[in-house]
Amino acid sequence: MASYAARRRYSTFIMGLCLTATGIGVVWLFLILFSLLVNGIPGLTFAVFTEMTPPPGEHGGGLLNAIFGSLLMTIIGVGIGAPIGILAGTYLAEYGRHSKITPVIRFINDILLSAPSIIIGLFVYGAVVVPMRSFSAVAGSIALAVIVIPVVVRTTEDMLLLVPNTLREAASALGLPRSFVIRRVAYRAARAGLITGVLLAVARVGGETAPLLFTVLSNQFWSVNLVKPMANLPVTINNFINNPDANWKQLAWTGALLITAAVLSLNITARFFGASKDGR
Amino acid sequence: MLEKISVKNLKFFYGANMALKGINIPLYANKVTAFIGPSGCGKSTLLRVLNRMYDLYPGQHAEGEVVFDGRNILNSGEDLNLLRARIGMVFQKPTPFPMTIYDNIAFGLKLYENLSKSELDGRVEDALKRAALWNEVKDKLGANGLSLSGGQQQRLCIARTVAIKPEVILFDEPCSALDPISTAKIEELIDELKAEYTIAIVTHNMQQAARVSEYTAFMYLGDLVEFDETSKIFTTPTDPRTQDYITGRFG
Repeated sequence: MASYAARRRYSTFIMGLCLTATGIGVVWLFLILFSLLVNGIPGLTFAVFTEMTPPPGEHGGGLLNAIFGSLLMTIIGVGIGAPIGILAGTYLAEYGRHSKITPVIRFINDILLSAPSIIIGLFVYGAVVVPMRSFSAVAGSIALAVIVIPVVVRTTEDMLLLVPNTLREAASALGLPRSFVIRRVAYRAARAGLITGVLLAVARVGGETAPLLFTVLSNQFWSVNLVKPMANLPVTINNFINNPDANWKQLAWTGALLITAAVLSLNITARFFGASKDGR
Repeated sequence: MLEKISVKNLKFFYGANMALKGINIPLYANKVTAFIGPSGCGKSTLLRVLNRMYDLYPGQHAEGEVVFDGRNILNSGEDLNLLRARIGMVFQKPTPFPMTIYDNIAFGLKLYENLSKSELDGRVEDALKRAALWNEVKDKLGANGLSLSGGQQQRLCIARTVAIKPEVILFDEPCSALDPISTAKIEELIDELKAEYTIAIVTHNMQQAARVSEYTAFMYLGDLVEFDETSKIFTTPTDPRTQDYITGRFG
């Protein structure tokens, strides 16, 4: 065996490599944040939140219609996807725990979880946009819901499996029906994790561009019509950043900063929820 | 003497593995019956048959008869929720629900009975008094049940069980996770509870069995070796295996 000093040197060397690798991983996040702040902040005016996206060549304007569209479609998408995901996750962890079909469902769900979002956009294009003969906010919301479902299924199942069986037995020993044990005891014990899962799903779809590109397209104007194209931040950024118009470019950077800030704060909130032990 | 529960030729299987090999034993009304024996002897399994807890898991099944108030509760038509409300259970590890002390008790009650707020308050107080916990928690009923000490949590679980007025209470090593002072309190409590309930207790602690029970069953490898009055089991056991176990020669 090598001497103690030699082993220490070797340990220091390996630790150095590990730290370097970590640094390389983390540095990109800070570079991205840095460039977003530098390029986005100059355009961050009050008008961004009060005015519509401007036509090309004009000065001023904002992102109000895009911000509204993104919020609305995220809410509808999560509103559809989260309940389905929680119910499916509950089946896997509770009723179907010992069923032979459960591992199959879990495997398929994991495939869906890692499916490229552009594929989901194309699927919804074929399934909703083509029959409806129009890009629409509904189609966009459905595409987002399809992305939300596997995320929530996975976290719900994982969180319910962490609830100790002794708690379920204790509730059952009081003569509580199965549904009661799940809703009133297991959900409550797993509450922090369930909320975290939904928040992470919101963060995940908040910045999705590909599924919206084929489904809602975008809209230059204010629209609350769910069966018509609707403005949204990711597609607006995508359209504006590729344009020589300086005003558009600036709005695109500011929009990117807004999305990043929203996703980052959601992730931090989710961490906070996940860290608080009893979910209070 | 009235047999509250009569176990007749009970066999129990985990998959193909036979864990109880034909047990015959009575649980006398308003008496404490202790089950002792080395780990894996089947005493906890027997307890989990009495309230059909094993039904939560696939691949486990029981054969024979467990007669409770004249009915074989192993019948497939048995209403398990009703059965478990009548035969309560307290577990080895305290398992308060992640909610307030008050709700821990009111929770089960609300399901079975339509009580007004004041009736509910009264029942919660009554249950906490019976579990000798009232004085310690009466000023913090809104606190989370998980914030109590281990011994208090276990008494909260007893209060929760008592609140729904069962007829039988099964204790599965209720003190093995508690310190001696908390243990003494629980034992005192069991002694008081037997006035109204029929009690079965599984324990690894032979002094505890001797202190709290009137009857003791010694089990070994899935068989009931000996069942008799506690004083007899601990002074003049008939089976040499019982003798060896209580004198600490094995187990």
